[in-house]
Amino acid sequence: MYSSMSMCMNKTCNLEILGLCFTVSINMRCICPSVIFGEDVAFGGVFRCTVGLRDKYGKDRVFNTPLCEQGIVGFGIGAAVAGATAIAEIQFADYIYPAFDQIVNEAAKYRYRSGNLFDCGNLTIRAPWGCVGHGSLYHSQSPEAFFAHCPGIKVVIPRGPVQCKGLLLSCIADQNPCIFFEPKILYRAAVEQVPTEAYTIPLSQAEVIQEGSDVTLVAWGTQIHVLREVANMAQEKLGVSCELIDLQTILPWDTETVCKSVAKTGRLLISHEAPITGGFAAEISSTVQEECFLNLEAPIARVCGYDTPFPHIFEPFYIPDKWKCFEAVKKLISY
Amino acid sequence: SFLGSNCGALRQQPFDSSEEKPQFPGASAEFIDHLEFIQPNVISGIPVYRVMDRAGKIINPSEDPQLSKEQVLNFYQKMTLLNTMDRILYESQRQGRISFYMTNYGEEGTHIGSAAALDPRDLVFGQYREAGVLMYRGFPLDLFMAQCYANVDDLGKGRQMPVHYGSKDLNFVTISSPLATQIPQAAGAAYAAKRENTNLAVICYFGEGAASEGDAHAGFNFSATLECPLIFFCRNNGYAISTPTNEQYRGDGIAARGPGYGMMSIRVDGNDVFAVYNATKEARRRAVAENQPFLIEAMTYRIGHHSTSDDSSAYRSVDEVNYWDKQDHPISRLRHYMTARSWWSEEDERSWRKQSRKMVMEAFEKAEKRHKPHPDLMFSDVYEEMTPNLVKQKEAMWRHVQQYKEHYPLDAYAK
Repeated sequence: MYSSMSMCMNKTCNLEILGLCFTVSINMRCICPSVIFGEDVAFGGVFRCTVGLRDKYGKDRVFNTPLCEQGIVGFGIGAAVAGATAIAEIQFADYIYPAFDQIVNEAAKYRYRSGNLFDCGNLTIRAPWGCVGHGSLYHSQSPEAFFAHCPGIKVVIPRGPVQCKGLLLSCIADQNPCIFFEPKILYRAAVEQVPTEAYTIPLSQAEVIQEGSDVTLVAWGTQIHVLREVANMAQEKLGVSCELIDLQTILPWDTETVCKSVAKTGRLLISHEAPITGGFAAEISSTVQEECFLNLEAPIARVCGYDTPFPHIFEPFYIPDKWKCFEAVKKLISY
Repeated sequence: SFLGSNCGALRQQPFDSSEEKPQFPGASAEFIDHLEFIQPNVISGIPVYRVMDRAGKIINPSEDPQLSKEQVLNFYQKMTLLNTMDRILYESQRQGRISFYMTNYGEEGTHIGSAAALDPRDLVFGQYREAGVLMYRGFPLDLFMAQCYANVDDLGKGRQMPVHYGSKDLNFVTISSPLATQIPQAAGAAYAAKRENTNLAVICYFGEGAASEGDAHAGFNFSATLECPLIFFCRNNGYAISTPTNEQYRGDGIAARGPGYGMMSIRVDGNDVFAVYNATKEARRRAVAENQPFLIEAMTYRIGHHSTSDDSSAYRSVDEVNYWDKQDHPISRLRHYMTARSWWSEEDERSWRKQSRKMVMEAFEKAEKRHKPHPDLMFSDVYEEMTPNLVKQKEAMWRHVQQYKEHYPLDAYAK
């Protein structure tokens, strides 16, 4: 996929430094009127994503806002409408809800309701997302399903540093308001060689990470790494060949790649940390059963969080871990 | 004059506990040794700046902006044209010709006075009762009608309810129904304008009801901390649908909130078009020169119902409404100013009423005959590009409509 790019890297860096900081740095160099802002962005951010940017690009482009998510997003929308490339940071995805009205009623509908006279396509909202081991109710959430139900925005989630840079640059360049969720557990854990020059990964294109013939596995973000292990376990212990797909863009999602895979394998497992009821796996499941009904050899499996708030001490029991997913693969095969 | 607060950011001295002055980073103040609560002053609140009395007579000649006859006539004609358009479109809703309408009765002065004080390139964020601003800038009657009729000429492509106007050419951001959402957006737009060194300002209109929303607090705070060249223009018209101001807030209106944010603030007589003009002009000049927001609370009265879905006799007396209509109306006050200078006669009035009504009726009749936009436009502009699922959904819709065409009003729509 990246063969056409010249990979002139000789440094490994983790997500937070290269994937993010670099991305934002490249963007700010390339796109003149870009600004990045939010709570604690100026000193470098609580996850160090914006370290060094204020010194490099100036305080009028990298700045703190008051503690107010509806203001951060509303301000970002207005800046984008006026032509600035606005990158708004929400400190944790768990705190995005005060901005829900601005996102759903305003950002998503700006172009449509104005007959394309106005738009906020220059807006990108970033937020740390997903479980981190001890985050509990308010530092672990995966709210993508709330936004999947909102035509007019795009929702994007990378699985690692390489995808983070490419997808974030795509979101920033994309002329639609985008929400970019960053798996926080990967900020310190993920280490990858990332090309130093700018590159984009297309939005609304799922990636088949690993080809297989017996079961299709679909996930996004951190859960991809869980399913990668599950695919190995399935091969070793069951002789089952899994096709692993990273959805990457939740909205608008790549139905074609997923359906093509299920038409081949006949079995589908979708997994996410977010609670199962109304989670995004439900949308995928519904579409696949419409398009691939006669191909299915077994009911579509969803391995997700329980319908509870995200717990603290019970996290090991809550998350859709590799054992739960492995068990689900066994059931798919033996149906 | 504007009520100031401490200029600029709080300056921090180095910490020194040998000094008796408070060292806290959060406030710059002296100590006090007796317990005393600050009493909010709502009995004699922030004074109301005006230039003309209710009879249109200049009170303090040095405050007369001394606009030319041509400019003043233009103010008057824009206010009355708006009034005429309101009457005709309100009626048209009653007759079932358009689905919904909101009038601007009594608030014409706030629109025209403020619009006239701006640069035409200043971006306007409105709420929904600012049609006079758009009219002042030159939005043609045909396009007002097109939006209300949602016909094929509507710049908004028929997607929104009536009075949700927008114009890129006239720098008037399209109206949206949710209240106060425009307030933090205006702060962002002003910040972007500042960065681009355009020397332009942004103005943001909202009512006293919308000022209760969290977004208003957000917008005020952001604009002050981020030093934005922005005018907040609050139309305090006494009611938010049926809710009177004493159920909307308990403090001294909206102007009194400004200093709480570190923002320059003023209260004006919204029915005095010159007071509105003067305040807006000075606010704009300083907002751009000093990169700080200004809050103008224009006191006025909503003479009409909230909208065609409202009957305000359910919550207020006819006497109250009549007082404002007859005794303190922006249009009559300006007319008195003009007639006192022999700039406007009875004959001028008669002939203008006839002419303006004719203009509105012509636009109205034309708009009514036009087709509605093509139904394909239901599916475009959701994103910049057409997405695969929308292509499929559009095809499915047309297949269905072809099959059941006698149940769909296709004749009314463009082919």
